Amino acid sequence: MNETATAPSPGRAAGLSTGKPIIEMDKVNKWFGALHVLRDITLSIAEGERVVICGPSGSGKSTLIRCINRLESHQEGRIIVDGTELTDDLRSLDTIRRDVGMVFQSFNLFPHLTILENCTLAPIWVRKMPKAEAEALAMRFLERVRIPEQAKKYPGQLSGGQQQRVAIARSLCMRPRVMLFDEPTSALDPEMIKEVLDTMIGLAESGMTMICVTHEMGFARQVADRVVFMDRGEVVESGTPDRMFGAPETDRLKMFLSQILRGH
Amino acid sequence: MTDATTAPRVRPPASVVGPWAWLRANLFKSWLSTATTLVLVYLIGRGLLGLIDWGFVNAVWGVPYNAQGVPDTASCHAAKGQGACWAIIADKYRLILFGRFPFDEQWRPAVAVVLFIALYVFSAIKGVWRKGIDSPLLRTAAAIAVVTVLATNVVGWLGGILGLPTVLGDILHLIDIVARYASGVLLLFVWPAIGVWVVVLSAIFVLMAGGVYGLSPVAVDSWGGLPITLILATFGLAFAFPLSILVALGRRSTQMPAVKMICVLYVELIRGVPLISVLFMASVMFPLFMPPGVNVDKLLRAQIAVILFAAAYLAEVVRGGLQALPKGQAEAADALGMTYWQKTGLIVLPQALRLVIPPLVNTFIGFFKDTSLVLIIGLFDLLTMGKIALSDPPWQAFPTEVYIVLALIYISFCFAMSKYSRGLERELNQARGR
Repeated sequence: MNETATAPSPGRAAGLSTGKPIIEMDKVNKWFGALHVLRDITLSIAEGERVVICGPSGSGKSTLIRCINRLESHQEGRIIVDGTELTDDLRSLDTIRRDVGMVFQSFNLFPHLTILENCTLAPIWVRKMPKAEAEALAMRFLERVRIPEQAKKYPGQLSGGQQQRVAIARSLCMRPRVMLFDEPTSALDPEMIKEVLDTMIGLAESGMTMICVTHEMGFARQVADRVVFMDRGEVVESGTPDRMFGAPETDRLKMFLSQILRGH
Repeated sequence: MTDATTAPRVRPPASVVGPWAWLRANLFKSWLSTATTLVLVYLIGRGLLGLIDWGFVNAVWGVPYNAQGVPDTASCHAAKGQGACWAIIADKYRLILFGRFPFDEQWRPAVAVVLFIALYVFSAIKGVWRKGIDSPLLRTAAAIAVVTVLATNVVGWLGGILGLPTVLGDILHLIDIVARYASGVLLLFVWPAIGVWVVVLSAIFVLMAGGVYGLSPVAVDSWGGLPITLILATFGLAFAFPLSILVALGRRSTQMPAVKMICVLYVELIRGVPLISVLFMASVMFPLFMPPGVNVDKLLRAQIAVILFAAAYLAEVVRGGLQALPKGQAEAADALGMTYWQKTGLIVLPQALRLVIPPLVNTFIGFFKDTSLVLIIGLFDLLTMGKIALSDPPWQAFPTEVYIVLALIYISFCFAMSKYSRGLERELNQARGR
């Protein structure tokens, strides 16, 4: 993992952000019961930008990206995705979710469907794509994540790394404009982390807007345009990876980085 | 480590596998297990021999009849204790199987039973439940036809209460018949298996009730025996199952608290009372609430009671499956932009129902046997007909034989269900590579 950290960053050069914000969060607050999990989050993410969110566990980073496609609902403030504000209106919600792909820590592939069916299900039913077209599209993305030969198998027959790559392909089949990654490598054995990170790096190089919650600092250094550090429900510090890792300003980030580095 | 243990072995030694090894390991492992095996073999052998003696060697297969057709059961009485009196079955099997259906017309319930069994076998064949022609036009037409059938029947029924002019009634009847044929044919194209069910069940109804195609009409009161049991169980479970899924989904609804409350109330209320009392209410209380002159058929009332009762139980089984499904599955479906019904139909239910196949079949089997409770409201199902057959004076002394035959019939249906469910589980698990 760490060899990628020292490499030059081809990703950043490939897809410069256009500057037009695709996700805007304005003073977002959220509580789980009495627990204040998101505090006044204000964040703007431009189209084509790659953002890595890091922070200690329980800092609210997963909750934050789950709010972006409303798997969790926020209680105060505004979240605007691609010009549409997130409300309880189901119709606009389904539209937003079609354009925002998500990759989960525990893969969440559909175990009763084959790999190919996992990838074609949403395009066929949600995008109303003809079956043959959806299958061609799915095979293209399965090739891109380098597992087309597994298309007829079931998720239970694949390794964790392979499953996570299928999950990425499944999201890409919806042709999303934004991809959210919720700790995509945390449930993987060490030898499988690299294959998933390589896939994500490839995706970053293609210019996809990405928001990743991850502890993979090598990945952050290589592809992120911006690193956002969260602690106790608030954004403590954010900036370019070089600045964040090279010259952290707050004590909390310094402490977090020292713990992460000690862990590695 | 020695070379012998590291050398590759092609197969395990013969002393570990094979029938002899199995016998040694399971039946003759120690002197105690050897003694137990021998004692059990002796007891089982004796019991089996006794059963063969009673059921076959010493059994009475037929008795003479006198001029009035009354059987002379002296030989049966003589053999009592040593041999079975199968003569009672030979004498009464048509009464037990088909009840009081007119004797010369009993080929009709016989064909109905064969159709039922054929329908079960058909439904168990792999792949028949696939959808047919994928055409929105046909789908819409089929839906319209089905809704028309339902609507004409409800309107016709209400019309009976309110006293609709007969001309309107005749027109309704005509529309109803046309819509019935149309829905059957259209469904055969759109969703063949459902179409087959509709057509076969309609055929069974026509066979039993008659009144068309030159079949003499037979009132429901004369139906009895195995067809009643199969009608109650098949319609009961076929309607209760989809209803139970809706109730289970409703009970888990977070968006609609009113729906949730109705579902909870329904389940708790129905589960809180015995089936007998629900049947009793359906047969005795329900007519009291109806306006005078309105008569809902007794079988239909019992059928609805069975459906409502089974649905409450099945709903809890289905809910168990919904709860066992990891939350991530629904979240993944949400994240892909699926609507509630897409998520439920494509992701949640296929997995949740698979998880609960064993308890589902358990409930199915339970209700198949519980249909025998309809004797309480004067419907003559299989078990009731057995009882009635035994009330004939010459045969009163031979209940064992009748109940053994009834048990064999029930066992064959229930065992088929459980066998099928185990096969289904194995197949589904294999497909998923587990």
